[in-house]
Amino acid sequence: MSLPDKKGYFGEFGGKYVPETLMALLEELENVFRAARKDKSFKKELTHYLNEYAGRPTSLYLAERLSRHLKTLKVYLKREDLLHTGAHKINNTLGQVLLAKRMKKTRIIAETGAGQHGVATATVAALMGLKCVIYMGAEDVKRQALNFYRMKLLGANPVPVNSGSRTLKDAMNEAIRDWVTNVDSTFYVIGSVAGPHPYPLMVREFQSIIGREARRQFLIKEKRLPDYLVACVGGGSNAMGLFHAFFDDRKVRMIGVEAAGLGLNTGENSASLEKGELGILHGSKSKILETRDGQIKPAHSIAAGLDYPGVGPEHAYYQKIGRAQYVSVVDQEALNALGLLAQMEGIIPALETAHAIAYLEKLARKVKGQKSVIVCLSGRGDKDMGSIKGLIK
Amino acid sequence: MENRIDLKFKELKNKKKKAFIAFVTAGDPDLKTTEQLVLAFEGAGVDIVELGVPFSDPLADGPTIQAASQRALKKHVNLGNILAAVKRIRQRSGIPIALMTYYNPVFHYGEERFAAQAKAAGVDGLIVPDLPPEEGHTLIRAARKNGIATVFFLAPTTDPKRIPAIVKASTGFIYFVSLRGVTGSGKMIFTKEIKHQIGLARKNTQKPICIGFGVSTPKEVKEMANISDGVIVGSAIVTEIFKHKQRKKMVADVSRFVRELSHSLP
Repeated sequence: MSLPDKKGYFGEFGGKYVPETLMALLEELENVFRAARKDKSFKKELTHYLNEYAGRPTSLYLAERLSRHLKTLKVYLKREDLLHTGAHKINNTLGQVLLAKRMKKTRIIAETGAGQHGVATATVAALMGLKCVIYMGAEDVKRQALNFYRMKLLGANPVPVNSGSRTLKDAMNEAIRDWVTNVDSTFYVIGSVAGPHPYPLMVREFQSIIGREARRQFLIKEKRLPDYLVACVGGGSNAMGLFHAFFDDRKVRMIGVEAAGLGLNTGENSASLEKGELGILHGSKSKILETRDGQIKPAHSIAAGLDYPGVGPEHAYYQKIGRAQYVSVVDQEALNALGLLAQMEGIIPALETAHAIAYLEKLARKVKGQKSVIVCLSGRGDKDMGSIKGLIK
Repeated sequence: MENRIDLKFKELKNKKKKAFIAFVTAGDPDLKTTEQLVLAFEGAGVDIVELGVPFSDPLADGPTIQAASQRALKKHVNLGNILAAVKRIRQRSGIPIALMTYYNPVFHYGEERFAAQAKAAGVDGLIVPDLPPEEGHTLIRAARKNGIATVFFLAPTTDPKRIPAIVKASTGFIYFVSLRGVTGSGKMIFTKEIKHQIGLARKNTQKPICIGFGVSTPKEVKEMANISDGVIVGSAIVTEIFKHKQRKKMVADVSRFVRELSHSLP
């Protein structure tokens, strides 16, 4: 049976935990999405924008110097960083904003952490001529000031959020509050495979083009399937985008890399899958970081886009059934990896993506013989230059 | 023993009166004051008290209750010490009490364990704004077993097809959301629209329907009570508590405000 089930569950994870005001809208959205998925004209329109506007297909690039450095791994990079706006996020925003147009919504809202999803949403809203409001935690506005400005320039109205821990989770709360208030006119573009059903399904479907392309490209280049897939996981959209097309290829091992922040045992991390418990956050049941009292614990990561105390329900499911393995790297390892990739390949990855790169060194030491791996290079690092200046030699 | 909320609505029906339901965030400014407020509310014409359990991410609440929740969390208020406070209130008062809580704290506490302890403490009802009945089976089961009412929501956007399931899952009363938005946002929809929606619900149930979200003045209380079985006021009371927090007579001041609202009921 294909998942999620009718109620939006992947095993025990998922569902629709939202205020009553949103229930009708979620049902409508699911119907529109399912109809669009079968509609050739929708597919054609989306493909047109993905190819002509965003720059798909992205290349699957063999990182030769990095592979030589790692010795035991032949590393292919799926270059989502080459897409318009510099990250995989636009795959999903194009899909969702086209759905919004079908639903005759006039106003687009989104939450953003690192600002990549916010910029991608503001970009597509500009392209389609729709009003756009982006919620961003005040803490993240500081860390990613450039993206905040980019959204403004694109004609969107970015709003700093000062409630709670002033990061991604609070931006999402505020977006949901806006949505409840303006439910008739507004489409909420969620940026990750999180939130209430049908969002985890929808975002996965729009992002799974990453894995479908990569699988085809790898088969052509290597005449076989890769041994490993590696991607970073915050909410988990680029990882699910890469993994999903390989689900039935049982020999392909999937590794999701979470942010261990200052360390797994410091309490200052974003490793919901490794350190979290079953709970409910932002509309779905999944693994979350919480206190003894069931309050949501603020996450920590040097990468604003991973700084989230929850994770998409499908990842919790993959972990539970053992289809994917979830590991983590600390802030410093991610910083080192950013420098490594920059100097080995001339590619500066986003701090989020650098977590996936960082794990390669650990994986290289573990594998026996020569193995191949596809890494989702989910985003470029320009946005991080301000915050890491001085941290990497 | 019959549920205190059910008994209250029976009593009100016999007297041909409407219910006035007052919300306070438990632990704002502290739990001891919350206890005093609840006891004082009974004398100020409040029929049912809705005790808000503070949550870190209250996505159905506007700025007023968000801030109150943050203040309460700083005082380490949690389900355990709220139940203890209810127990102390119960030694002095039989006023019906419903807990308004987001789902995660209860889920984390353990639904069975929570329901049993809530009953023992003297809680009469549960209101969980991020739990639609479709996801509520385990909590409903635990609540039923312990004679605790489960209040679910109807909203202006609710698909009429879902009304039967919502009213069936609801006990105690049904919570009608009077606006598209979060608590206390003061953007109420037109009385006519609410009346129409409540009429649709009435075709499916005899259970009491009460209106809340954004009701803040005596005039609104009166208007909403005319078309329902009761009215819930939250943010306006929480604002009063915050405004008078420095004053020694805060409980008396807030009670006066609450009395003004409850006395405007028809």
